[in-house]
Amino acid sequence: MALLASGATLLATDAPNPWFSPSYIQNNADTILAALRQHVILTVSAVVIGALIALPLALLARRSKTISAAILGGSTIIYTIPSLAMFAFLFPFTGLTIETVIIGLVLYSLVILVRNFLAGLQAVPADVREAALGMGYGPARMLVFVEIPMALPTFFAGLRIATVSTVALATVGVIVGFGGLGNILVAGFNNNFFRAPIATAAALCVILALAFDLLLALSARLLTPWSRGRS
Amino acid sequence: MSAIGDAVRFLNDPLNWTRTNGLLDRLVEHVTISAVATVAAAAIALPLAIWFGHTGRGGGFTIALSNVSRAVPTLALLIVFAVTPIGFGNRATTIALALFAIPPILTNAYVGFREVDRDIVESAGAMGMSPLQVIARVELPLAVPAIMVGLRTAAVQVVATATLAALVGGGGLGAPIVLAFAQQNGGLALAAGFLVAVLALLTEVVLVLAARFVTPGPATRRFPRRLQMRTETV
Repeated sequence: MALLASGATLLATDAPNPWFSPSYIQNNADTILAALRQHVILTVSAVVIGALIALPLALLARRSKTISAAILGGSTIIYTIPSLAMFAFLFPFTGLTIETVIIGLVLYSLVILVRNFLAGLQAVPADVREAALGMGYGPARMLVFVEIPMALPTFFAGLRIATVSTVALATVGVIVGFGGLGNILVAGFNNNFFRAPIATAAALCVILALAFDLLLALSARLLTPWSRGRS
Repeated sequence: MSAIGDAVRFLNDPLNWTRTNGLLDRLVEHVTISAVATVAAAAIALPLAIWFGHTGRGGGFTIALSNVSRAVPTLALLIVFAVTPIGFGNRATTIALALFAIPPILTNAYVGFREVDRDIVESAGAMGMSPLQVIARVELPLAVPAIMVGLRTAAVQVVATATLAALVGGGGLGAPIVLAFAQQNGGLALAAGFLVAVLALLTEVVLVLAARFVTPGPATRRFPRRLQMRTETV
């Protein structure tokens, strides 16, 4: 029995285990694409929901120092909690569902976004605001047509950081069973240290992060043509 | 919620803390791995940052390193390391964590050095200080707040990443979390998650206090505002 076991181990380590294997990618294209799709869904929903919550929070934080101190303090605490612990906190209440992962990721993206949104809104020059006021802009019109456009570059900077870190964080969702490319990473590890899926998924994570970053950078350029002349 | 009751009961049972591979063992393991990794990373990154910062070289490299490191999932690197000769287990985890901790320490210390007013550096030179004296007595003291932000970022990140090591067969406080998910034990998940969160928050608080303690000058001096926000989490 011992001999058999050691023989089997020898065979396993002798088998070719390349980092990149076109045949692995060909044979598992469906699995890889499904994981990639899940990763995109996790990232996009986390960042979009995070942004939808962050904007009103930033507007609220702008009104009083107490609220902004509470929001910024609370966000530091959330940001310090490791993702695995965050999913462990959510698990008893939301179970092994994709919602558990999304809620956790929303909390992290929210923290980055609310700070950037607040910084962007606060950086709108007071004289611009006064000029708009003098031209008869009410609070809502001022926000939509003056403040948000002026804060857009900062907003996009926040969205880029939040998206790139969400792509990286989403892999940890594997603990709940919904980790996108993280599922392939851990499966490769558990599958006798099969390198091809590990390398493929890791590379796809980086490519996905860079693709999102590029997309957001381009959108920012298109949406703020007036800032193009500046650095 | 019964999970909360379960968690409290679990944490209140002394045996869960003191038995072999119990919470205390895991805690000691976690803290040891994290401390060794952070110190090792600082030993590599700080001299580099001082050299880069003093000479003004390597800025592009430093910024690129910190940007790229954000896009690479720590879990992916941990797993990639696990299938290389570095392997897995506590020694391998420590090496991987030390590598993760280098970019934040390097970037913050480098920026701290570069932000030192050039006029001050020049007048120090004009007063006859040697380059080493300029580094030790002028640049380093002025860069301390930024260096401490880097160390804090790295340490909190290391404590957090150390939990992920449990996904690839590592120890530390991540192990009970992984076990809790495997057993679908909500109480254990809450209890272990709580301990990890407390450990991370404590690391943050201790290093904020340490920064206040080692920063020269009046105690009211604030950290450079734009360095305060950590932009990485794991």
